[in-house]
Amino acid sequence: MVVKEIGTPEAARFRQDINRRIAGQVEKCYQCGKCSAGCPIANEMDLMPNQVIRLVQIGLKDKATHCRSIWLCAGCVTCTTRCPQEVEIASVMEAVRHVAIEEGVEPPPEVRHTATFTEVFLRSVRRHGRIFEPGMVMGFNLRSCQPMKDAEKGPKMFLKGKLNLLPHRVKDRGPVRRIFQRLVPKL
Amino acid sequence: MKYAYFPGCSLEGTAKDFGESARAVCQALGIEIQDVPDWVCCGATPGHAYDEALGVALSVRTMLNAKRVSNSMMVLCAACYNRAKMSNHAMKTRPEIRAKVETAVGEPYAGDVEVVHLLEVLDRQYGLENLKKKIVRPLTGLKVACYYGCLLVRPPKIMQFDDPENPTIMERILATTGVELVEDWSHKVECCGAAFAMARTDVVVRCVNDILKSAEAAGADALVVACPLCQANCDMRQGEANQAFGEHHDLPVVYFTQLLGLALGLSPHQVGLQRPMISTGGLLEKLHVGA
Repeated sequence: MVVKEIGTPEAARFRQDINRRIAGQVEKCYQCGKCSAGCPIANEMDLMPNQVIRLVQIGLKDKATHCRSIWLCAGCVTCTTRCPQEVEIASVMEAVRHVAIEEGVEPPPEVRHTATFTEVFLRSVRRHGRIFEPGMVMGFNLRSCQPMKDAEKGPKMFLKGKLNLLPHRVKDRGPVRRIFQRLVPKL
Repeated sequence: MKYAYFPGCSLEGTAKDFGESARAVCQALGIEIQDVPDWVCCGATPGHAYDEALGVALSVRTMLNAKRVSNSMMVLCAACYNRAKMSNHAMKTRPEIRAKVETAVGEPYAGDVEVVHLLEVLDRQYGLENLKKKIVRPLTGLKVACYYGCLLVRPPKIMQFDDPENPTIMERILATTGVELVEDWSHKVECCGAAFAMARTDVVVRCVNDILKSAEAAGADALVVACPLCQANCDMRQGEANQAFGEHHDLPVVYFTQLLGLALGLSPHQVGLQRPMISTGGLLEKLHVGA
């Protein structure tokens, strides 16, 4: 698809950056709105998925990286599956989030916990090589200042044998540490 | 044929019942599995949500280890399965991601480990006719809705699992047990809210409420799943959904391996049916099986 550049060079750069990250072309979107119609999280979002795509098309980077929606996309990929133009909408949401993370954009307060959860989860993986679920949940509760969240579920899960008291670690933690060091040293 | 088996973190923790029933079913059917040595977490949603190459590298580490056992890796967890297939695809089609990942894992990898789900093994290799011959305890009198969620079926071009809007592989397999299947219901492939379980529980409670209502309206006695997060969200958040929306959900949520195991003659305990938060006692009573 041939694209005629009409915006500023910065706008074009942002759009091209997202295209490169998704290995696709956001320009193909003709704004039918099917992605937003089927999105299970749309009613929590400030911008509909098709509006986020539009912001990328016209290169409004600040607006795109500061919206709530990029942190609320659950990655269910219903939008991408149904897009008549084969635009990978879920990948665009994720790519814009990656730009926001790389540039240190603070997520809006309503979605701050989703970013916190991601970090707490990945630190547990970095440490043990596998997820230690109770440790991760406690870490999340502390960091999100809600120490008693889901506390009533703990004893019941323990009795059902669904909670491990100690982490199941990988034997050799070197390879996992190396992956984190090389790829996400700032985490 | 021997499969390298990647259980994943959940199947050794909150989804222990999925793990134990899957192993028991494989053993009962003579499907040979051997654990991937020193497998690591696939990163699930947070891995790729944070950094694309990180998500790929974690799965690739496990697949490189799997090669020591077999070139076919069997996965049960929908998230591990999805991430392994997505990672293979990225290694084959995205040279810049591949270069970063190979540096991080310190080995070349061409995305060539075959990733299969137990559902696919049963349907395509083991065969439904052979499976039918192994059924010793028919599950007649029970009606269930098969719930697939997202990760097994989407994105369809890469997963190539089943029809993305109306998958039927679980129904085909469970039909061999004589269980009655809900034919039409609306939320088969709707998202349960997934990884927002902790960070935005309100979103999960709303999604789960809709899924449960749809299954109940279709007359299901239970929801059957193949994903640890679908199970955890739909099972553990029923009380909150009842409170938030004035509903009266009390629907058992079980793994397909638990029902299949029961039909293969395993005891409820051997397939972990005592573990879900919503009691499965009513189901066992309907089937006249003593716990």
